[in-house]
Amino acid sequence: MEEKEGKQMLLEIRHVRKEFPGVVALDDVSLEIFPGEVHALMGENGAGKSTLMKILAGIYKADAGEIIYKGEPLTVHNPKDSLEQGISIIHQELNMILDMTVEQNLFLGRELAGKTGVVKTKELVKRAQEQFDELGIAIRATDKIRDLSVAQMQMVEIVKATSYNADVIIMDEPTSAITDHEVDKLFEMIETLKRQNKAVIYISHKMDEIFKIADRITVLRDGKYIDSKPSSEFDHDSLVYCMVGRELKDMYPRDLKEEAAPVGQEIFSVKDLTREKEFHEITFQVDKGEILGIYGLMGAGRTELMETIFGLRRPDRGTIAVHGKEVQIQSPKSAIKNGIAFVSEDRKLFGLDLGASIRTNITIVYLKKILKLRHLLDFKKERKLVDEAVELLRIKTPSKEVRVNTLSGGNQQKVVLAKWLLGDPEVIIMDEPTRGIDVGAKAEIYKLMDKLASEGKAIIMISSEMPELMGMSDRVLVLHEGALTGEFKRAEFSQEAILASAIK
Amino acid sequence: MNTKKGQKGKDIFGKILGKYGIYVALILMVAVLAIITPSFFNTQNFINVLRQISIKAVMAIGVTIVIMTGGIDLSVGSVLALSAVIATSFSTSDNPHPLAISLLLGILVGLVCGAVNGFCVAWLKVAAFIATLAMTTAARGLAMIYTNGRPVINILPEYTNIGNGFVGAVPIPIIVMVVVIVIAVYLMEFTKYGRYIRAVGGNEQAALVSGINVKLIKFSAYAIAGATCAIAGILLSARTMTGQPASGEGYELDAIAAAVIGGASLSGGVGTISGTVVGMLILGVLTNGLDMLGVSSYYQQVIKGVIIVAAVLLDRKKHSNE
Repeated sequence: MEEKEGKQMLLEIRHVRKEFPGVVALDDVSLEIFPGEVHALMGENGAGKSTLMKILAGIYKADAGEIIYKGEPLTVHNPKDSLEQGISIIHQELNMILDMTVEQNLFLGRELAGKTGVVKTKELVKRAQEQFDELGIAIRATDKIRDLSVAQMQMVEIVKATSYNADVIIMDEPTSAITDHEVDKLFEMIETLKRQNKAVIYISHKMDEIFKIADRITVLRDGKYIDSKPSSEFDHDSLVYCMVGRELKDMYPRDLKEEAAPVGQEIFSVKDLTREKEFHEITFQVDKGEILGIYGLMGAGRTELMETIFGLRRPDRGTIAVHGKEVQIQSPKSAIKNGIAFVSEDRKLFGLDLGASIRTNITIVYLKKILKLRHLLDFKKERKLVDEAVELLRIKTPSKEVRVNTLSGGNQQKVVLAKWLLGDPEVIIMDEPTRGIDVGAKAEIYKLMDKLASEGKAIIMISSEMPELMGMSDRVLVLHEGALTGEFKRAEFSQEAILASAIK
Repeated sequence: MNTKKGQKGKDIFGKILGKYGIYVALILMVAVLAIITPSFFNTQNFINVLRQISIKAVMAIGVTIVIMTGGIDLSVGSVLALSAVIATSFSTSDNPHPLAISLLLGILVGLVCGAVNGFCVAWLKVAAFIATLAMTTAARGLAMIYTNGRPVINILPEYTNIGNGFVGAVPIPIIVMVVVIVIAVYLMEFTKYGRYIRAVGGNEQAALVSGINVKLIKFSAYAIAGATCAIAGILLSARTMTGQPASGEGYELDAIAAAVIGGASLSGGVGTISGTVVGMLILGVLTNGLDMLGVSSYYQQVIKGVIIVAAVLLDRKKHSNE
């Protein structure tokens, strides 16, 4: 058996292959995991990371290859098997029962019961509370999951996965919904796990996290094993190169321009916009050709503000104006009529009808473009417009009739963009436009945003990712607890200053 | 080599069955019945089957539209009865009115019941199951109150002609059914409205963000379902020559079954009018064939249950094939 620094290998994946109808998801992939290490698994969406982890978790079965765990071949048939063997997984999607309490979710399937089968709730609540208190996380074990924020839910998932006393803990994008403060907590937990000689397999798209926490990085691309090295032997560029198989020059096209050139022609503005308990007296304007970045921590009211502008919520006070003229926005329908588009942060919930085809998703907003006699669908025209949109956005798909849930995250996001761009809106609100999509697709979306701005659109972009925010915005506004606490022009951008006004 | 060829043949068969599953099932059923029951395969019997299913088919079309929005309508049987007693009561020898008046009144009643359902679901946000369950008992009660629990009789021949008359050799109920089918297919497949119905059922939040008036779309679906119930009620009362306040009981289950057999998903967004019609045909042919074979109606109910589950499984195979 192989050894490294005197340690025995904990888990070895050998030449695993997995096919789905029409695609080879994993092709001869190998991976070695040692105890006490944080092993980052990197790759673009669709590279096969999640598939590999799902094989470990017993959700999928490999077509070929073998897995050696603690010196024995590992066979798991379902998630319960793998948990019992000591492999625990935090899935990308939250898997919780919303109407149960934190404690009930934490101990689901392994409740402590007396002889008569009655669950010892008090004891379980106490144990659960201890775990949160120990970590300094402000969650009550008796709270209902439904009443928690997404970040808190994610923390419950993380605590749950680590509480099984597993030897291998897989974390699939654990930080996609939590705040920096909670990320620090998570990293503390990971350090503790390392000291206990457990192994963590860590999947994330956030490069800075990877370099902070990972000991070793393995890269997959298109279902194939590419490379595996200690993380100190990678740097940002070489890792990206490894992941996408090409160099991503000019990730942020806006970076390259001279002091960008919004011409100071106001397209959109809000004045004193207020929703009690969410945000107060918000006043700002966006000019023609400008990308306005909005930054703020989770709970600062960014999404609420954008949803109000788009008519999904009603403001208590304040006005919204397009081209200097006040408009009444009662619903998304009237927002759209006023030339506003909204690319939501949650494409599965607000962006797409996942079970419907690419074609119908793209044309649903501006359906009137393909109507004859105001009500009849012109299928020929629809196909033509959809073909153009798919080509323009370079959506990778075998056909426009496939359901969008068969596409990768990046391509799904492109479908969302395509449906909004079809109507040529003047103001485009983009809430976390590149969340959960791979580097290659990100670069394409940035290029598109730059092009849209140069065509004279006004773009409002909410982003939690500093590099993206500073790379793409012409100006940044900072929200903190529902109030605007900072404004920065491109020349004044600094990560420290922006962050400082977000947490003051 | 041989086994490989056999495998391939099986694949193709599986694909065809997956894609056109319910159509194949219907044809197989007709073929088998034609072989084992000599009196099954003839024009007269086909016309019988079509006339038998026409009433429920009209109603099932409305229910399908509601199901496609992600809702459900349990009240269709009761709304049918209420519409029927009101329509018939204006066409009796004691209370004669022009036929158009009683038909319009009947349809209006159905529309109003459906609109109330739609209002509760869309604006008051009552779960569709609950809202239409409430309407089930309320509409039945109203039908009983209106008639004092007694059937409306002595109906004018011009009214009963709708259920029993012919245009050429074709019974009027079949013509009504075909007209409703054509309008519904047109609406759902070729218009903006059909696209919006699917969008709301597929992902309500996304539909809202896409600028669709989700409440209005939902409301209209229930109103349409109410109207189709009224049309079914008129056909039934005309055919039986009475306005029965107790009629239509259990019809909602047949309507939902037909939609599901036809590939509609109760979570919304998925389904077709043609699927529902074929679903209704499958149920109709089955009943007719088993009746001819002398199978007791008790067994028929069990067989129907099996068919519903089999259809859903077949439909799942279709989606996994894609």
